[in-house]
Amino acid sequence: MADKENYQVIIVHSAKYQTTYTKKYMNRKVWVEPNFNHINSYIPGTIIEVLVKEGQILEKGKSILLLEAMKMYNNVQMPFKGKIVKINVVKGQMVPKNFLMIEIEPVK
Amino acid sequence: MSLKRNILDLRKRKDQVRLGGGEEAIEKQAAMGKLTARARILAIVDEGSFHEYDMFVEHAGTDFDMGKKVLAGDGVVIGTGTIYSSPVCLFAQDFTVAGGSLGLSHARKITKIMDHALKMRVPLIGINDSGGARIQEGVNSLAGYGEIFFRNTLSSGVIPQISVILGPCAGGAVYSPALTDFVFVVENISKMFITGPAVIKSVLGEDISMEALGGARVHAEITGNAHFFALSEKECFEQIKTLITYIPWNNTQKAKSFPPKEPKIKTKIENIVPIDARLPYDIREVIRSITDSSVFFEIMELFAANIVIGFGRMNGETVGFVANQPLVLAGVLDCDSSDKAARFIRYCNAFNIPIVTLEDMPGYLPGVDQEHAGVIRHGAKILYAYSEATVPKITVIIRKAYGGGYIAMNSRHLRADFVFAWPMAEIAVMGPEGAANIVFRKEIAEAEDPEAMRQQKIQEYKDKFANPYVAASKGYIDEVIEPQETRKILLHALQISANKDVPAPAKKHGLPPF
Repeated sequence: MADKENYQVIIVHSAKYQTTYTKKYMNRKVWVEPNFNHINSYIPGTIIEVLVKEGQILEKGKSILLLEAMKMYNNVQMPFKGKIVKINVVKGQMVPKNFLMIEIEPVK
Repeated sequence: MSLKRNILDLRKRKDQVRLGGGEEAIEKQAAMGKLTARARILAIVDEGSFHEYDMFVEHAGTDFDMGKKVLAGDGVVIGTGTIYSSPVCLFAQDFTVAGGSLGLSHARKITKIMDHALKMRVPLIGINDSGGARIQEGVNSLAGYGEIFFRNTLSSGVIPQISVILGPCAGGAVYSPALTDFVFVVENISKMFITGPAVIKSVLGEDISMEALGGARVHAEITGNAHFFALSEKECFEQIKTLITYIPWNNTQKAKSFPPKEPKIKTKIENIVPIDARLPYDIREVIRSITDSSVFFEIMELFAANIVIGFGRMNGETVGFVANQPLVLAGVLDCDSSDKAARFIRYCNAFNIPIVTLEDMPGYLPGVDQEHAGVIRHGAKILYAYSEATVPKITVIIRKAYGGGYIAMNSRHLRADFVFAWPMAEIAVMGPEGAANIVFRKEIAEAEDPEAMRQQKIQEYKDKFANPYVAASKGYIDEVIEPQETRKILLHALQISANKDVPAPAKKHGLPPF
């Protein structure tokens, strides 16, 4: 337990309480607003094939890459009609979870 | 053969089984700080009280040349004994015999002693130290696990079930401990996980050690799977023996009574708690200043430390304590602390242990992570557990009792039997700061000096609502008490509640939000 001078603060309903944090609280995930133009890996794995090129415009549902994870091929598709802005992965690359693989932007 | 020769033969056979996997394997076990299966049982039970059964049971494997192998006792020791003269049934997996792996005969020995424990209505203690399913026996191993899980569930709430993890406990095997009441772990010895580091690395590329993935500290501090954490097997066995003194043999009995003792702590209880509700203190000091001999046996000390649970004695009788801990996260309720408290409340209710709740909390922990983790359904578990409990339920509001937390922490509205409050208690919909900001928003915004106006309005609200008398005027608080009277009044309330009997509507079972 922390000494008096090391107390931390928790705010509940505008009141500031002196207290200590737990490890779990300090390691909590801070929420960030999802960016729908980012195609992130939702599972760690290996890039089997990149099926698109930068600048290409694709309809919703078209395959953009194959990600192998848990011995399964995951077909990653366009979430909406859009343009491939930037490709950050190459064939054979291993990616961790939440890695920004491809950046896109919507096209009307 | 003469009788003497018969007896000598018997002794030889038993000695052979007691050797388990042989001296070399036993030495390996000792080098890891681990006792053998039998030595562990003997370290827990009263001297000379243990009787072992099924020593000569043989394994059931025939495939992969298993038929030629002899496995002493099929890798598990079962028997009965006493702890401080209370009867218990025990099993201990023997890692020296085929890695303590679970085959059909091994599982049948365990289910035999489990059936015995349930039939005799005595506690069951299981010591887990096993590499997992015996692959050579195939689906028979899985059948064995299933039979164990079923009995864990059947016995749940009837007899106390204690799991001790003293080695690896991986894959399906972890679910037996998870179904039991209390799980004990030892640093550097206990390992629990569903999927081991090797598989995680090969399929996900995540590189983690066994200790960091599912070691004792992980389960005591992060997952909440373990209830008691020890640094050595010896310390762990002492914890088990102490726990047994606090709990009854089964759900129809009460825990053993001890001679009443006055608390040892001489610090005045009111000197522990700062008058400023925003300053922290250790609630466990308050508990120790009201329990017999100032002893508090804490459960899940490291997990969700913003709520404190555990046993103490009042006038020689076991009492379960649930208390907000202002020292950690200001004592807020959150997902983990709700789970922790709710399960303990249900444990006390199942085993006839009165519950004393000490309340000092500002509300629920704010945050997206909490909301998305389901703080609604987790928080609901506390409401459910308190509402459902029919054992004596007594609450002492020490300082803050705000909002939903006030309701949840065994309020009158959930049918608390007695609700007491200290004179500095604040029972309100929220703290003065938050309330003033909402109620007097316009006045504060339009004031020449908004901050001065805010402080004035906070004080106004404090004077009017931040006290126990509004709730007392409605009968939600039974009595406003002086802090130093707390033990005396709790003893009285417990005495009055000793024969509590409340009918509950007939049902198959409720549907708590889990």
